[in-house]
Amino acid sequence: MGAGGGDEPPVRAGADVPADAGSAAPRWASKAALVALLLGWGAWAANLTAIVTRGLAVERWPWANMYEFVVAICFAAATAFLGTHLRYNVRFLGPFVMLAAALGLGFAVKFLYTAAGPVVPALNSYWIAIHVSAAILASGLFVLAGVTGILYLVRGDGLSRLPSREYLERVAHRAIVLAFPVWTFAVIAGALWADKAWGRYWGWDPKEVWSFITWVAYAAYLHARVTAGWRGRKATIVQLIALACLLFNLVGVNIFISGLHSYADVG
Amino acid sequence: MTVDELRKQEAPRPAGLGPVGWLRWGWRTLTSMKTAIILLFLFALASVPGSLVPQRGVEPEKVAQLYQQNPTLAEWYDRFQLFDVFSSVWFAAIYLLLFTSLIGCIVPRTATYLRELRRRPPAAPRNLSRLPHFSSFAGDLTAEAAAARLRARRFRVDTGDGWVAAEKGYLRETGNLLFHIALLGLLIAVGFGSLYGYRGNVLVVEGDGFANTVAAYDRYLPGNQVSAESLEPFSFQLDRFETTYQVEGDKRGQELDYSAFLKVSDAPGAPERPYELKVNEPLEINGTQTYLIGHGYAPEFRITDGKGQVAFEGPVPCLIEDKPSMTSGCVVKAPDARPEQLGFLLRFLPTSVALEGGGHASAFPGALQPEVQVVGAFSGDLGVRSGRPQSVYELAPPELMKKLKPLVMGTSVPRPLAVGQSLDLPDGAGKLEFTGVKEWMTLQIAYDPGRLPALVAAAVATVSIALSLMIRRRRVWVRVRDGVVEVGGLTRTEGSAAGFTEEFADIVKALSAGDKDAR
Ligand code: HEM
Repeated sequence: MGAGGGDEPPVRAGADVPADAGSAAPRWASKAALVALLLGWGAWAANLTAIVTRGLAVERWPWANMYEFVVAICFAAATAFLGTHLRYNVRFLGPFVMLAAALGLGFAVKFLYTAAGPVVPALNSYWIAIHVSAAILASGLFVLAGVTGILYLVRGDGLSRLPSREYLERVAHRAIVLAFPVWTFAVIAGALWADKAWGRYWGWDPKEVWSFITWVAYAAYLHARVTAGWRGRKATIVQLIALACLLFNLVGVNIFISGLHSYADVG
Repeated sequence: MTVDELRKQEAPRPAGLGPVGWLRWGWRTLTSMKTAIILLFLFALASVPGSLVPQRGVEPEKVAQLYQQNPTLAEWYDRFQLFDVFSSVWFAAIYLLLFTSLIGCIVPRTATYLRELRRRPPAAPRNLSRLPHFSSFAGDLTAEAAAARLRARRFRVDTGDGWVAAEKGYLRETGNLLFHIALLGLLIAVGFGSLYGYRGNVLVVEGDGFANTVAAYDRYLPGNQVSAESLEPFSFQLDRFETTYQVEGDKRGQELDYSAFLKVSDAPGAPERPYELKVNEPLEINGTQTYLIGHGYAPEFRITDGKGQVAFEGPVPCLIEDKPSMTSGCVVKAPDARPEQLGFLLRFLPTSVALEGGGHASAFPGALQPEVQVVGAFSGDLGVRSGRPQSVYELAPPELMKKLKPLVMGTSVPRPLAVGQSLDLPDGAGKLEFTGVKEWMTLQIAYDPGRLPALVAAAVATVSIALSLMIRRRRVWVRVRDGVVEVGGLTRTEGSAAGFTEEFADIVKALSAGDKDAR
C-alpha cells in the first residue's frame, strides 16, 4: 500500500510572504497558492488515511517499525506546517516541507517497506503510544525547523522571494522551542519504558546514546541563540547538526548499529 | 538574560594578574555560556564512540569477540577506555566540568533572580513611542486606574507621577533555573543509584531455581556501597517457559509473546506463590525488580565416556546464532570423562529441515522438529580444572584448543540427531545422546534507589523547560498626559516579539475601554 503521496504543491515560493517580499503577488499566483494548499491538505488526508488503515490492519499503534515510524514523521512534519500555516504566515515553507515529506515517504516505501503484521512482544505495550508518539511529534517539528534553517543558509542578502533571514530564524526558533520539551519528554518516557522492559532506565544503548546526543545538540542550539556572536548563522548550523543527529538516530542507528532497539524491522 | 547581560559576563583576558586573578579568570571562563556550549558539544561528541564500539557493560560478549579477532585494536581501544566510555576518566572529566560550569551559573543567577523578584519594574523610558510596541489614544484614564487594570492582568506594577511600569513573566526565569537545578538533581540521583544499587544477570533453565544471593548471579554489578548481605532474600523456581510464534503469513516465525511461569517465595520460609513473568511486566519484591529479558534453548544431553560411565547429564544453554530461526550454538563439556575429557561443539536446530544440497537448517523458531548437528567432537584437556575462570560458551582456552584431538570433524560429521538418538564416537571414545529440549530465560535483577529521585528530577526538568521556553518576560509602560494615554511595550525575550503583538493590542484595548469596568 502506498503511504499517501505528500506531493509537492506547485506553489511559487513566497507567493505572499511578509516584510521584504516586494510588490503584491499577481492574482494568478495567489490562485495557484490556494490550489497548492488544497493539494497539500489532500496529501495530508491521504497520509493520515494510510496511517489509520495501517493501524486497523495491524491492530496496534501503527508506528512500531522503521517504515511506519518514518511515515508517521512525514505526517507530523506536514501537520506541523499546515497547522502553523493556519495561524502564521509561513506559506513560503510549503514547497520545502512538503518536498521533504514526499522524499521521506518515497524513501520509506522504497527502502523500508514491511508488510503489516505483529511486532515483538516487547513492543506490545501502552508505552509505545506515549514514547513513540512524543518522538514523532518532536521530530516533525524539528524537520520543519531544519527545512527553515536550510532556507536561512541559502538565502542571500537583499531581495528574495523568501522572507527575511530574521523571520526565517524566528520560525525555526519557535518550532524548536515547541519541540525541545516534547523531545525531552519523549526521551524520559523512553527511559521509563526501558525501566519496565529492560530493567534499567538508562543503559547507554546506541539508540539512547543518540537520543541523548540529539537532545544535547538542541540544547546547544538554544544556548547558542542567546550567546553573543553565536546567533544567526552559527546557531543555525548547530541546529542542522542537531537535526543530522536526529536523522542518524532514526536511520543510521537502526541500520548500522545493533542494540536493544534493533527490532526496527528494516524492510 | 539578555545578550547585553551575557556580554558583561564574558571574561576579560587577564593581563599580568596574580594567581588569584588567574583563578578568577578560569572560573569566569568555565562558567561562561560559550564554554557551556563547547562543553555541551564535547559531551555529545564523547558519547559517540559509546554507540560505535561495543560496551563492556552492555555487550561483553562482543568485546571478547573483538579481542579474539583483532587483539591489537582491542588493546588500543582498552587503553583509551573505549569499551567503557560512560565510566571512563575522560567522559567523567567532561561532565564534571559541565556540571561545575552549571553550578557556577546557577548560583549567581539564583542570587540575581531573588534580587530581581524584590525589585520594582523599571521606570518608564522618556519616549515610549521608541519602544517596539507602542500605541496611544485619547482618554481620561488615570495612572492609578491603569495600574489597577494591569494588576488585574497579573502584572507586577509600579507607579510614579503620571506613569505606570508593569512587568510579567517571571516564571520564565523560575523555569530556567529550576531546569538547570533539576539537571543537577538528575545527575545526583543517577550517581546515588549507582553507588547504592546493584544489577545482575542470571540465566535460568526450566526446572531450575534462583535465590537472590551474590553467588547465584552469572554477572553481578554492585555499587560501591552495596554489601552482599543487603540483597533482598527472595527466591523462585522456573516451572515452565512458553513462547508463541506467528505460524503463517509474511511474518511467519515472528515471536508473539513469551512468559515464564514461576513459583516465587518472597523470603526464606515464606509460602510460594505462582507468578507469570512477562516482558514489560517486571516482578517487584520490596523495590528489587526482576525483568525477563531473553530466552533460548537448552537441549539435554547424556555423555558416556570411554569407560562406559555417564560423565555428564543435563540441559546445556545454547547461544542464539540466528534469531529468526533460533539456530543456536552449543558447547557441551564432560570434564569428568575418562580416560580423556570430552568436548562437543554442536548446533541446535529447533525445526530442522533437510536442504537440497545436503545439510540441514532450521526453518522455524519453535521447537517442532528439534535436531542437533555435531560440528565437532574432541578429546583432551579442556582446561576446566585449571582454576582459571572460563566461559561456558568456549570449549577450551585458546592455547589448549590447538592441542585437542578431533574425533569427529568436517566431512565425517553425520546427519543431525533427533531426540533419543545418539552418536557413537570413533575408537570407543564414548557416546553423546540427545535426550530432550528445555528452554532457558535470562533475567536482569536490579535494585536502584535512585530511580524515583531521578524520575522526579526528570519530570521537573521537562515541566520547567517548557515553562522557560513558552513564557515571555514582558514589560508595559503607561504614561498619561493632557488627556492622552501612551502605552509602550517590550519583550525581554528575543525572537518572540511577534507573539507579544496580540497581547499588547489586547492590553491597549483593555486600557482604552470605558471606565465602567475599571477596577
Ligand atoms: C554548563 C553550564 C550551563 C550554563 C552556564 C547554562 C546557562 C544558561 C543560561 C544563561 C540560559 C538562559 C538563556 C535565556 O535566558 O534565554 C540557559 C538556558 C537553557 N539551558 Fe543552560 N546552561 C548550562 C548547562 C545546560 C545544560 C547541561 C543543558 C542541557 C543539556 C542546558 C539546557 C538549557 C536550555 C534548554 C535552556 C533554555 C534556552 C532558552 O531559554 O532559550 N543548559 N542556560
